[in-house]
Amino acid sequence: MAIQTIQEKQEEIVSEFEMFDDWMAKYEYLIDLGKDLPLIQEELKTDERLIEGCQSRVWLNAAFTNGKMQFSADSEAIITKGIIGLLIRVLNDENPETILKTDLKFISDIGLQEHLSPTRANGLNGMIKKIKMEALKYIQH
Amino acid sequence: MTEIIKKPFNVREIREEFPALRQEIYGKSLIYFDNGATSQKPQIVLNAINKFYSKENANIHRGVHFMSQKATTEFEEARKKIQHFINARKAEEVIFTKGTTDGINLVASSYGELLTAGDEILITAMEHHSNIVPWQLLCQRKGLILRVAPINFKGELIVEEFDILLSKKTKLLAITHISNTLGTINPVKELTQKAHAVGAKVLLDGAQSIQHMKIDVKDLDCDFYVFSSHKLFGPTGIGVLYGKEDLLDRMPPYQGGGDMISRVTFEHTSYNELPFKFEAGTPHIAGGICLGTSVGFLNSIDLDGAQKHEGELTKYAEHLLDTFEGLQIIGEAKNKTSVISFTVDGIHPFDIGTLLDKQGIAVRTGHHCTQPLMDFYKIPGTTRASFAFYNTKEEIDLFVEAVEKSINMLK
Ligand SMILES: Cc1ncc(COP(=O)(O)O)c(C=O)c1O
Repeated sequence: MAIQTIQEKQEEIVSEFEMFDDWMAKYEYLIDLGKDLPLIQEELKTDERLIEGCQSRVWLNAAFTNGKMQFSADSEAIITKGIIGLLIRVLNDENPETILKTDLKFISDIGLQEHLSPTRANGLNGMIKKIKMEALKYIQH
Repeated sequence: MTEIIKKPFNVREIREEFPALRQEIYGKSLIYFDNGATSQKPQIVLNAINKFYSKENANIHRGVHFMSQKATTEFEEARKKIQHFINARKAEEVIFTKGTTDGINLVASSYGELLTAGDEILITAMEHHSNIVPWQLLCQRKGLILRVAPINFKGELIVEEFDILLSKKTKLLAITHISNTLGTINPVKELTQKAHAVGAKVLLDGAQSIQHMKIDVKDLDCDFYVFSSHKLFGPTGIGVLYGKEDLLDRMPPYQGGGDMISRVTFEHTSYNELPFKFEAGTPHIAGGICLGTSVGFLNSIDLDGAQKHEGELTKYAEHLLDTFEGLQIIGEAKNKTSVISFTVDGIHPFDIGTLLDKQGIAVRTGHHCTQPLMDFYKIPGTTRASFAFYNTKEEIDLFVEAVEKSINMLK
């Protein structure tokens, strides 16, 4: 399979979501994604990896190999996990520079922008910030 | 005073008064079950807000001109309506604040000035952060001690433990009348008597009681009672601190500024009398007037019937939810109001709340600003449905169906 660009990955997600015509179907899909997201090992759920959202706790683990970033994550809330799964799908195996300048447009394109508002406080905002902070650590000077 | 004969409570008719209830969310008819957070506003209040800003807007207590005098009269009339609504002795005992939180902070800052190191403040384990943090700050500032009366797993205050913690050192009992998370109604009249017997003053957090029961501050005999307009079908940004006159008189001012003074020189300032002593600066004039409108609206309806209806809704919903496997209702006090908090084994409240939202149902999820209470139950949060008199049994049926659907999706 040819390697997709970040842009292509985002477009692919958007077209997947276009297949659902109602909100419950979209969330059903997110829940499935959340259930499928590989678990991270319990010992990786440390305070340094914790993103304290108001309602559910989210953990992010980042690694850097061969110039690319790899992420894994977990959350107490399954919908949050599903959304994180999408984020990881878009940003995995990308180099830090690309991650830093990516506009994660797909989130609002699929109608999940409400999860970015601080009131939802589900850690998604903090999640994106944390991913970018991790990427910043590995920027080549 | 002649008693007005009121039409018996009718939920269909009441709903007509609340335009916010007639809307669709995600293509579904809105079911608003987040009344514990804030209530919707009747048309008469919306009209009053519009009318004030369209025709009557003027600053109060200071103008010579017609509009200012009219606005002043209306603002003071609202104060009197509130006085009668809570049965305070005098209008001067009704202080306008920004809300419950502001009222508690006022008391903590001002009454707190009368306290000295070693004095104790007694709260309970079911308090809202608004009735915890101001006391913690005061304790740090003045070297006071904060005591916390524990609760049992049903969510009731353990009165025997309360009795042990209450002592001659207690200078203030600050307690919620009704828990926003559990719905528990505390026996505040009895607790007030006990507190007074040891010489302590009593502050009741009325944020959740003012809209669910008849409040009579004389009968309760509390020294302070605080509430927010927005939970009483009125505007946000305004609320009330009731305080007994002699106590308020003894307390130093809270904030300085215009309106709260009687004479200012650079050497010495003397303060205005009650209630203005505690109302520095231009108040939320429209808010105060329209809270008066809301109180007028409530006076016009059969509140006993409304409360009975709320009680029936709660019993009905609890009865239906009880049949769900793995669902626990948090807060099973014998004496409770129309709040149902619950958890479901293996499912995070945020997920349930999100799915309910997509089905047009507004509930609250999380810790409800009562983190110590969540720690007590060892849960991250709950899903909370809180009813008002405009909610219906049909809405509860739809809600219960939606909860079931959500649980099935998340399992
Ligand atoms: C019991 C209780 N106390 C205090 C408050 C704080 O009220 P406000 O935010 O209107 O000041 C609330 C509101 O959620 C409450 O339920």
